[in-house]
Amino acid sequence: MPLLTVEGLTTGYGEMEVLHSLTLRVEPGRIVSIIGPNGAGKSTAMKAVFGLLKPWQGSIRFGEREIGGLSPDRIVRLGMCYVPQTDNVFPSLTVEENLEMGAFVLSGSTKERKERVYELFPRLAERRRQRAGKMSGGERQMVAMGRALMLDPKLLLLDEPSAGLAPLLVDLIFEKVRDINASGVAVLMVEQNARKSLELADHAYVLVGGSNAIDGAGRDLLGDPEVGRLYLGG
Amino acid sequence: MAKALARRAHGPRPSARLRRALGSRTALVVLLVALLFGLWLLAGAQGVTGQRLLSLAVRGVMLGGVLALGAIGLTLIFGVLRIPNFAHGDLMTWGAYLALFGLTLLPAGPPLAPFSFGAELLVLLVLVVPLVGFTGYLLDRLVFRRLRARRAPSVILAMAALGGAFLLRSVIYLGWGADFRNYYTGRPRPAVELFAGIRVRPDQLFILGLALLFIFLVYLLLERTKMGKAMRATADNADLARITGIDTEGVIRWTWLIGGGLAGAGGVMYALDTQLRPEMGWWLMLPLFASVILGTIGNAYGALVGALVIGLVWQMSTAFLNPAYGPGVAFVVLILVLLFRPQGIFGKPGGA
Amino acid sequence: MGDATLAKSLLLALPLWFLAARTLPARLPWLARALLGAAAGWAVALVVTLVLPPGQMAYLVSFAIVGSIYAVLALGLNVQWGYTGLFNIGIAAFFAIGAFTSALVTTRMPTGAAAAFSQQAFGLGAPFLAGVLAAGVAAGVLALLVGGPTLRLREDYLAIATIGIAELVRLVFQNERWLANGPQPLRGIPQPLACLVRDPGCSWLPAPVAALFDPLAPRDYPYVYLAIATLFVIVVYLVLERAIRSPWGRVLRAVREDEAAAAMVGKDVARVRLQAFVVGAVIMGFGGALYAHYMIAIDYTHFDALYATFLVWVMLMLGGSGNNRGAILGAFALWGVWTGAAFLVDLARPLLAAISSDLPARGPYLRLLFIALLMLFILLYRPKGLIGEERFVSRDSQGRDG
Repeated sequence: MPLLTVEGLTTGYGEMEVLHSLTLRVEPGRIVSIIGPNGAGKSTAMKAVFGLLKPWQGSIRFGEREIGGLSPDRIVRLGMCYVPQTDNVFPSLTVEENLEMGAFVLSGSTKERKERVYELFPRLAERRRQRAGKMSGGERQMVAMGRALMLDPKLLLLDEPSAGLAPLLVDLIFEKVRDINASGVAVLMVEQNARKSLELADHAYVLVGGSNAIDGAGRDLLGDPEVGRLYLGG
Repeated sequence: MAKALARRAHGPRPSARLRRALGSRTALVVLLVALLFGLWLLAGAQGVTGQRLLSLAVRGVMLGGVLALGAIGLTLIFGVLRIPNFAHGDLMTWGAYLALFGLTLLPAGPPLAPFSFGAELLVLLVLVVPLVGFTGYLLDRLVFRRLRARRAPSVILAMAALGGAFLLRSVIYLGWGADFRNYYTGRPRPAVELFAGIRVRPDQLFILGLALLFIFLVYLLLERTKMGKAMRATADNADLARITGIDTEGVIRWTWLIGGGLAGAGGVMYALDTQLRPEMGWWLMLPLFASVILGTIGNAYGALVGALVIGLVWQMSTAFLNPAYGPGVAFVVLILVLLFRPQGIFGKPGGA
Repeated sequence: MGDATLAKSLLLALPLWFLAARTLPARLPWLARALLGAAAGWAVALVVTLVLPPGQMAYLVSFAIVGSIYAVLALGLNVQWGYTGLFNIGIAAFFAIGAFTSALVTTRMPTGAAAAFSQQAFGLGAPFLAGVLAAGVAAGVLALLVGGPTLRLREDYLAIATIGIAELVRLVFQNERWLANGPQPLRGIPQPLACLVRDPGCSWLPAPVAALFDPLAPRDYPYVYLAIATLFVIVVYLVLERAIRSPWGRVLRAVREDEAAAAMVGKDVARVRLQAFVVGAVIMGFGGALYAHYMIAIDYTHFDALYATFLVWVMLMLGGSGNNRGAILGAFALWGVWTGAAFLVDLARPLLAAISSDLPARGPYLRLLFIALLMLFILLYRPKGLIGEERFVSRDSQGRDG
């Protein structure tokens, strides 16, 4: 059964409806991408899934469980973690402390979990006592992802992980996403960088104006001339 | 419009550059050092002896320690909850008066030489800390939490804090009246000579030591415990804290318990050194806020530094100013900080 | 009693006239409203003066005077908070500066034997209105000094700075003997229009009018002062109502609604807020002058945070911030509650004494407790207050008053 099922999701901000009857599915252990032009509602969809926005209509199911409307700290306990696009680390805390906060809902030692994150991100291991606020954009993104992994989530939500990063770092980050996925974590990713994310994704959804446009396997959509013309920008 | 475009094209005007330079951290530190030095000179010009100045400086450090207890709590509450807790001063007063009440219940033992207080005050101090902490927590639970749930703007929360302040004050007035009180009457409190002719009272040394102990405990809390780190995290970014799964309501609860507890301890110690008056906390709020803003809001160590500076400036100004103007001096420092570097010593440049 | 009744009722009629004229339907032409209001107001005043015994009348008059002073303060606060969203916890500072400035300007330097007891920085012996004007100016200047650096920053900082300024002002008036005789009271503040109740009467009044006020004795002076105080309230109210509908008022409201949008349209947000802050402070200074000339003797204890700041805040919140009528209503309502509670506390004396022998003397603090609870209650359950915020359109957009 799919890990995440979103059906007919309609929601928005204040009076403004942003998502109209959105549908998507994430199978366990798969990478799913959401791409689309600016303002299409990609980040909104992610926020709704994670409980930062209340759905007006439709359902969001994690496994069998309806989670639409639940608060983030409940959803975190169910096995879904979220990495926001900006302000995604605690600047006055060290790298190590940021990771520890990721495991706040658990009692007991975080040592093993931290070691696993350090294995994945060796650069963080070197800088574990450095304040997160003083790190570069790429390093901060790694801290943010590492923090989200501390709970061994079944599903990782990434909001534009490559935003603001130099091309070399973008490749690195996507490589890490691949590694994370290799260990069994499903990933739902919102991305501006459509080409790269389609290369990575098992399945992708194209969002236009808050509704589903096309969806299909990542590779197929890459080759699709329609998608290529409109959204990949050549 | 054209002016703005021109500004963009040519870079900031010299006056803006000067402003930025004046707003740098070094400038602020230099200003503070110059202020202290200036006070020293002024006092010297008035014929105040070097010994007395040194004594004042030591007393300033002690006062700074007491202020730090209040300031650290205030800055934590400011950082985590984003409200200026105008009830903080009255929480200190509340602690002081609770101890006074306790003294009427416990048998007054003999003073622990060379101090003026007996062991019972120490016991009461330990009891007062959680009591005042709990009072702060109650205030949050009954008032602030409801306003938070309603997403009330922070000004409304600040107003509620003001209401809480007067609520506490009225209870104190009802319980003890408006007169001055002392923990112990009729006990002599002579000053002793340390070194270099510095004269301080033994009580004051004890208070300084105790303040340092509390501050060390706060340090341990913030650096070594999960809740302490969560408090720092929430002060950094409350939204991210929630996303991470941090129990922000729990963090808020503990912030009030600790902030209130520290305030209570500070109140007892201040009252021990001076005397009890119902307005004493309100009157201390100026130096407290000055310390907090000087040390950057949300930064506990900054609050400590800020409190020490304010304590020093306060005490040293008494060499040539009427001591009643102490809070006024703190106010002047506050205005200076707001003028040049509102984000305080440890804040990010350009932010406020 | 008979002769003085006419004069007293005439003085009382002034505020009642205004009230009556405002409550008459707006459809009537203003002349009709003015005349009808005058008649109705005077009729009520006459009845009240005849029916109530002098003791109760005197109490009512003094109640109304203090209520009016608080109303002026609340109106000033409304400009700062209700219309601009500024959190000023230092009302006492502007109140005190206004009071002391007016006192210093209108009194004369003490000479001879008196000089041994009382000191002041200066004494111009100027007329009452000069004192009022000076009070406004002094308060305005103080507001400029405090608001200049702090209004550009967070509103929290303004609140903190205003606490500071209030304490500082109090400290100065407490400790500086040379300034205003601190901590002793500054006495001998002249009473405006006192000639109305004295024997030769006012020389500048035409004979028939002066004859009208002849029967008044010096102890009836409060009636005169009531007329003056309510005149202040009326004038400030009318000016503010006009101002808030003017282009300036619209900018003010725009800044409060959406500061970012207003800034984008090019409105100098900081400047507008400073202007509002100063205007509110000037009005508070006027209130201070009113207070000084009523009390005749003032000292620093009259201006503590409790009575001068906290009460005014609760008054405005009770009445409804953002609404000038609410400010006035809240002032009188809360003052009524305050004085009424004094009676209740008096009645409850035996009960209090039973709990503790100290308690009866601390009765006033029971009232404070109640007011603090009231404020929290309003914040939690009825932030709008009694009347709530005024919704209105500005004059220009529709060509007539909103």
